[in-house]
Amino acid sequence: MFTISGSPHIHGDESTKKIMYGVVYAMIPAMLVSIYFFGLGAVRVLLIASISCLFFEWVIQKYLIKGPVTIFDGSALVTGMLLAFNVPTNLPSWMIIIGALVAIGMAKMSFGGLGKNIFNPALVARVFLLISFPVQMTSWPKPRAITEGIADVITGPTPLSVVKEGLDAGKTMSELQESLPTYMDYLIGQMGGSMGEISAIALILGGLYMIWKKIITWEIPVSILITVFVFSGVLWFIDPQYNADPAFHLLTGGLMLGAIYMATDMVSSPMTRGGQLLYGFGIGLLTILIRIWGAYPEGVSFAILLMNAAVPLINSGFKPRRFGAKPGIELGS
Amino acid sequence: MGILKTFALGGIHPAENKLSASIPIEIVPIPQQAIVPLGQNLGAPSRPVVQRGDKVKVGQLIAEASGFISTNIHSPVSGSVLKIDGAIDSTGFKRPCIIINVEGDEWDEQIDRSDDLVKEINFSAEEIIDKIKQAGLVGMGGATFPTYVKLMPPPGKKAEYLIINGVECEPYLTSDHRLMLEKGQEVIVGTKILMKALKVEKAFIGIENNKPDAINHLTELTKSDKSILVIPLKVQYPQGGEKQLIKAALNREVPSGKLPIEVGCVVQNVGTAFAAYEAVQKNKPLIERVVTVTGKSVKKPSNLLARIGTPIRELIDAAEGLPENTGKIIGGGPMMGKAVTSLDVPVVKGSSGILIMKEDESSRKTESACIRCSKCTTVCPMGLEPYLLSKAAKLGKYDIAETEMIMDCIECGSCQYTCPASIPLLDYLRLGKGKVGNIIRNRNKK
Ligand code: SF4
Ligand code: SF4
Repeated sequence: MFTISGSPHIHGDESTKKIMYGVVYAMIPAMLVSIYFFGLGAVRVLLIASISCLFFEWVIQKYLIKGPVTIFDGSALVTGMLLAFNVPTNLPSWMIIIGALVAIGMAKMSFGGLGKNIFNPALVARVFLLISFPVQMTSWPKPRAITEGIADVITGPTPLSVVKEGLDAGKTMSELQESLPTYMDYLIGQMGGSMGEISAIALILGGLYMIWKKIITWEIPVSILITVFVFSGVLWFIDPQYNADPAFHLLTGGLMLGAIYMATDMVSSPMTRGGQLLYGFGIGLLTILIRIWGAYPEGVSFAILLMNAAVPLINSGFKPRRFGAKPGIELGS
Repeated sequence: MGILKTFALGGIHPAENKLSASIPIEIVPIPQQAIVPLGQNLGAPSRPVVQRGDKVKVGQLIAEASGFISTNIHSPVSGSVLKIDGAIDSTGFKRPCIIINVEGDEWDEQIDRSDDLVKEINFSAEEIIDKIKQAGLVGMGGATFPTYVKLMPPPGKKAEYLIINGVECEPYLTSDHRLMLEKGQEVIVGTKILMKALKVEKAFIGIENNKPDAINHLTELTKSDKSILVIPLKVQYPQGGEKQLIKAALNREVPSGKLPIEVGCVVQNVGTAFAAYEAVQKNKPLIERVVTVTGKSVKKPSNLLARIGTPIRELIDAAEGLPENTGKIIGGGPMMGKAVTSLDVPVVKGSSGILIMKEDESSRKTESACIRCSKCTTVCPMGLEPYLLSKAAKLGKYDIAETEMIMDCIECGSCQYTCPASIPLLDYLRLGKGKVGNIIRNRNKK
């Protein structure tokens, strides 16, 4: 007997697994930088976050849903690593485990598992932890090259909070300048922050890899970065003494991590090019609004989650360009 | 050659695997028994005009058109009609066929069997269309739409251009490629015949760039003729789709739900152009065609000239037999072909190839959850959202499927080929198209 099935009879070599592990590979440069600057703390956070995400997914699939176990498709590993990237390296282990439970249990599995969640699971966990444990989530260890030997961890503020608190206290940017790292430090990652967010160069490298491998499209990160640059640039141009410059906004905090790795999550981002550009624009705008006028120094996570919620609406508004439709009438890719 | 033309939206590039591209066309021996299905064209099946026991010659009419969209069928062999009965054809169902026991090889006297090239076209447009209608020509790329219908634009519509489809974008298939190389002059005369029938001044022949020899050959043959232009195209699937080919060649978009004539184009396959030459210049009806027999495990991938009605078993034998590890046999190419159930299935007018797949190539990968990667949307040449349409079809939400333009789907399979979650998108799309088509028909009846 011959196999009978409908066409097509061949399949490309794309798979979910390939895509997910592609994201994992793309995170390696940033991971190495973190280990270099934060030492064993980074390794601990990474291991605990990844293992607990895999574990919770396994438990839920096997004992609660009693369906197929798909923990090796790479998606739980990506969530675990992203969660680790989004917390300080001195966060107590039990908090990381709670974060993993929130990410996998609440933000992913309760929606129906991979592909059905509206929000990026790692971000939901980050925001949950930030609200539940504000002190621990905002005390960042100072970066200290691993080559300088192991010493007690000293904590300090991030550049974003230095600026936010300074400006709120009535200081000007020039007065704050000396307590900030240099631009070179921002680029390579010599600054306080969550584990994976510090090195712009390493993050961009991973982003280029993902664009090359067609795991992400350029539209989302580029539209976020351009929006942030333009919006913060206008404010800075109006009053440079009370606004940080656009390069500072681009390179500090979780912007690169958010724009390249979190906002681009396939599951929770729009489907067409036009939709993706609008989504990126919204994230950029909200990020600056929160950073400058909000209560928190950092706004990327909130901005992405808010725009995640708007994705179904964006998808119904931005259809692909249909073949044979009059050009110019339909929006979208 | 500069930047090559191609169509605008979507598209994929699967491994080409044109294993038989350099193999000349060979003739398959006439079978002992020919099985000629009555339903060989898109539209109504033909009505038999012979009876059990009748003697027939090669080229004799054995079934006639039974409506506007229907065609004549001629006996591909000489012998006597054994019966008119159900036999399994490429659809997998038993359908009425004329079964002829072969005796000798006696041809109808009207047919010019010589190889001499007849260039002069001594017929009017009406005469050409009539000859093509009588000869039972259909689109030979696989769609099998009766050719003469396409040559008669509806009132108020005028053809500006004829486009000859030499794209052969399906992986593995090479029958059109070989035809262009070996019967190039006939294809060109056939093109002129079709131009005359349509009363157009200009024809384009679209050929993908993976067939440089065919591009050069036909360009050479049309060098002194300004009315026919060969257009090399960038290799991209599904460029052989009519709408995609028109877009690639002329940058015109056929509107949703409309035919190519809407933008002044008529598209015909190279195989059809060749058949038009034979029908008009040689009085030879459509009784044989070139079929590629191929596959990674096939010992001798071949291009075979076979009589209609020859069981595919004979073609596979000519390619040195069915490999042991065969898991699936496909009538047509790997993207749009149909899996066949038996080796007794006959060659029909629309058979472009027989693709033999190994066991390990035959089963689908396990389906997993949609990760909303939008790759299906990116590759869809019609600008549809396959993830959305398949879900709507699966859940029975046919109203959504209709407003999201499921009827525009050309069933090219690009979405399913690409989907990282290995979702059988096209299975659901076909189901949805069938249902929505019925809903639309019922609504129009009221
Ligand atoms: S099969 Fe239909 S939906 Fe899928 S890519 Fe082709 S035209 Fe688009
Ligand atoms: S390609 Fe497959 S997984 Fe990706 S959006 Fe389409 S259906 Fe979903």
